[in-house]
Amino acid sequence: MKRFSELFSELDRTNKTNTKVSLLKNYFMTATDEDKLWALTLFTGRRPSFKINRKQVREWATEVAQIPEWLFQESYQNVGDLGETISLLLPPTRTQEPERSLSEWFDYLGKLPSMDEEKKKEMLLAAWEALSPQEIFVFNKLLMGSFRIGVSQSLVVRALAEATGQPTNVLAHRIMGDWNPDSTNFYNLIHAENLQDQDSRPYPFYLAYPIEADIADLGEPEEWFAEWKWDGIRSQIIVRNQALFIWTRGEELATEKFPELHFLVERLPHGTVLDAEIVAWADGKPLPFQLLQTRIGRKSLTKKTLSEAPIGLLVYDLLEWKGQDLREKPIEYRRSLMEQLLNADPFLGPVQLSPLIEFSSWDDLRELHPDSRSRQAEGFMLKRKSGPYRVGRKKGDWWKWKVDPLTIDAVLIYAQRGSGRRAEQYTDYTFALWDQNGKLIPFAKAYSGLTDKEIGQVDYFIKRNIVEKFGPVRTVKPELVFEIGFEGIGASSRHKSGIAVRFPRILRWRKDKTAQEADTLDSLKQLLVQYGL
Amino acid sequence: MSKTNLLQFTGQSIYCSKAGVHIDPWQPVEKAIITHAHSDHARWGSKHYLAHHDSAPILRQRLGQDISLETVGYGEPFQINGVTFSLHPAGHIIGSAQIRVEYKGEVWVVSGDYKLEDDGFAPAFEPIPCQVFISESTFGLPIYRWKPQQQIYGEIENWWAKNAQEGKASLLMGYALGKTQRILKGVHSDGGRLFAHGAIYALNETLRKAGHDLPELTLITTDMDRKQLAGSLVLAPPSAGSGPWLRKLGPVSTGYCSGWMAIRGAKNRRAIDQGFVLSDHADWNDLNTAIQATGAERVFVTHGFTSAFSRWLREQGLDAQEVQTMYGNEEITETQALEAEPNTDMKSSD
Repeated sequence: MKRFSELFSELDRTNKTNTKVSLLKNYFMTATDEDKLWALTLFTGRRPSFKINRKQVREWATEVAQIPEWLFQESYQNVGDLGETISLLLPPTRTQEPERSLSEWFDYLGKLPSMDEEKKKEMLLAAWEALSPQEIFVFNKLLMGSFRIGVSQSLVVRALAEATGQPTNVLAHRIMGDWNPDSTNFYNLIHAENLQDQDSRPYPFYLAYPIEADIADLGEPEEWFAEWKWDGIRSQIIVRNQALFIWTRGEELATEKFPELHFLVERLPHGTVLDAEIVAWADGKPLPFQLLQTRIGRKSLTKKTLSEAPIGLLVYDLLEWKGQDLREKPIEYRRSLMEQLLNADPFLGPVQLSPLIEFSSWDDLRELHPDSRSRQAEGFMLKRKSGPYRVGRKKGDWWKWKVDPLTIDAVLIYAQRGSGRRAEQYTDYTFALWDQNGKLIPFAKAYSGLTDKEIGQVDYFIKRNIVEKFGPVRTVKPELVFEIGFEGIGASSRHKSGIAVRFPRILRWRKDKTAQEADTLDSLKQLLVQYGL
Repeated sequence: MSKTNLLQFTGQSIYCSKAGVHIDPWQPVEKAIITHAHSDHARWGSKHYLAHHDSAPILRQRLGQDISLETVGYGEPFQINGVTFSLHPAGHIIGSAQIRVEYKGEVWVVSGDYKLEDDGFAPAFEPIPCQVFISESTFGLPIYRWKPQQQIYGEIENWWAKNAQEGKASLLMGYALGKTQRILKGVHSDGGRLFAHGAIYALNETLRKAGHDLPELTLITTDMDRKQLAGSLVLAPPSAGSGPWLRKLGPVSTGYCSGWMAIRGAKNRRAIDQGFVLSDHADWNDLNTAIQATGAERVFVTHGFTSAFSRWLREQGLDAQEVQTMYGNEEITETQALEAEPNTDMKSSD
């Protein structure tokens, strides 16, 4: 555990990619296979649950620290992280137990779910007594399933590739997907040749960068495909050995959420992988994303939900065909295969090829671009006809060209402290618009979009202009105006304003505007009529 | 208490009306006694100042060579209008003092800023028995518990050695007054050279001229060859951690000494390579120890986690209350306030 918690704090300390890779590589070259598998579990965002109640952990820690409950709360508010707060408050290490490795601690934690409260408490206290503050911090994160670290998957893959000599695309493929440390071991996951039991594995998604320069700089228009950039859920549909799997870009297996697509297992041959967008869909047309959202959070899907939020699948790439990995082939080729495949089958219903936009000059595209939103698209995707399907976010062959967000000028009215890195500053804001009676009605929360310097200035203002406190929320004197951008808009009965906006963020601080000059709720309603549901 | 308190919180200082003397006023007054030379306690514009001998050169450098300044040693009582004053070591920085105020058998002590651990440069804190103690609370939460300083010096030495091996300079940031002298006393150079940012250099020269045993530092200048910085320790105020000054150093690893480094969020926000938890303020345990040692029944809690710490003291059976002052700053922004200090006071030669 000492070794792993050191790795954690070293990774935490640096923001240099190369340093991170070399730290990880070093770990993958020296740790035991058991520990590596657990480390990989954590670095790929898998967080095993030990059925532990955070509130109870807190109570036990308060008891051991011998402080009153309010003082624990006060400390927690200043640290911003429960696991860290506990590590800072517990008395220094008292026992001299032999060091346990990361995997041994996971074995230890694995016993917790079947234990009664009394025994759980005993186990936790013994663990805390045996560990240093730095280790307690990491241990608490494992315990409460809140382990997070700033290393991207591609970085882990790079380090792993350097340590094992396996190619990055193979590794990326292998560490994605449906495995857990109980179902496999490090050798099978990373080194084993046999991929037969891995039917469910998706390929890593190829992600596009926003286009930076003028599109004319991309070269000749004939070298490019243009498609609408759909506003839905990026997914891979996999059919292998008579089984179907749906993966979303968040690497979540979402097969059960979309029963409408299950029929594809009958229609696609073994060894087919499609890259596609699941969109809200009716009468042969895409609908706003908000409709889909009603399905995403649901545990069980009722007939009613299915009929109220119908879906379609817009297919734009073919990654595997008859068991063959096509990713190295140009998209022009992949697309022609796809056309044969999908156009030949009249029974595909809501499964369609994402159409190509016809254009002969860049000006054609420029002219069409503003229409995106009314077609329920976010803009264009531009793909080089000769380009392969790459791994992760890469520049060069794919670009996204999005329409400008919808914007509105709103007043900051509530603030809350951030967490982690931002625990001491007010960084989470709620924004409001004027209603017809001259009252400010909250409509969106936004966390990001300001520079560190601006956050400092806003924080300074907030600390001097707090009007009221409600728990962690501070009501702030309505004075600062910000331009808020968002990608979509829909009616919502759950919001006080009656409107929900999608991906709200701060575009800029309107220092030139007073609160009185901010926009009205009516102007937001106008946008709803124009673009919303 | 029906009669007027011996010391009062007037909104511009800690005031002794009986003697007509202000302690650490944040507005210009007639007579000011200064606990120590940090700029949130020693402010500009008062007519007459009184402080410990060792504060004199710094106060003159910061407030002006021509200020009216009288100095005394520790434990040397003097009387003003029947009130007896004396200064006692606070262990915070060189020249820092607690102010003991006595009138007709009643004793109040103003702590200024203090720490209990003897840093080997500032004379060590002495508990002064009193009825009323006015305590700082900069780190008045139980999450702040310091490790012994030797351990931190060891961490700094290891970090420096590792950087030297990689051909990098080690840029160590901390407040010019206090932290720098501790590092110079506690961290062993092992042959590596010591360089300094202008603010640190100027202060070090002032202290050396005043007769303090401190090593000579090499000033970093614009025209010097960066190559000689490899493997050295560069001392700088917190403000040096970003901007052109840092970029001129060549390959460098950055470290920061402060009690705030105990919290991961505070560390990460500074975008430094390494945080060292080293403070010139008492930690949670030492605040409690110090207060207990005075035997005081009444405690006023100033700058820091005032509300939490005074509540805690009340629950321990003391008559404690929080007081608004302009020392430090509001609990959270103190870091920034102190950071602004060295550079506003001293011209950087860079």
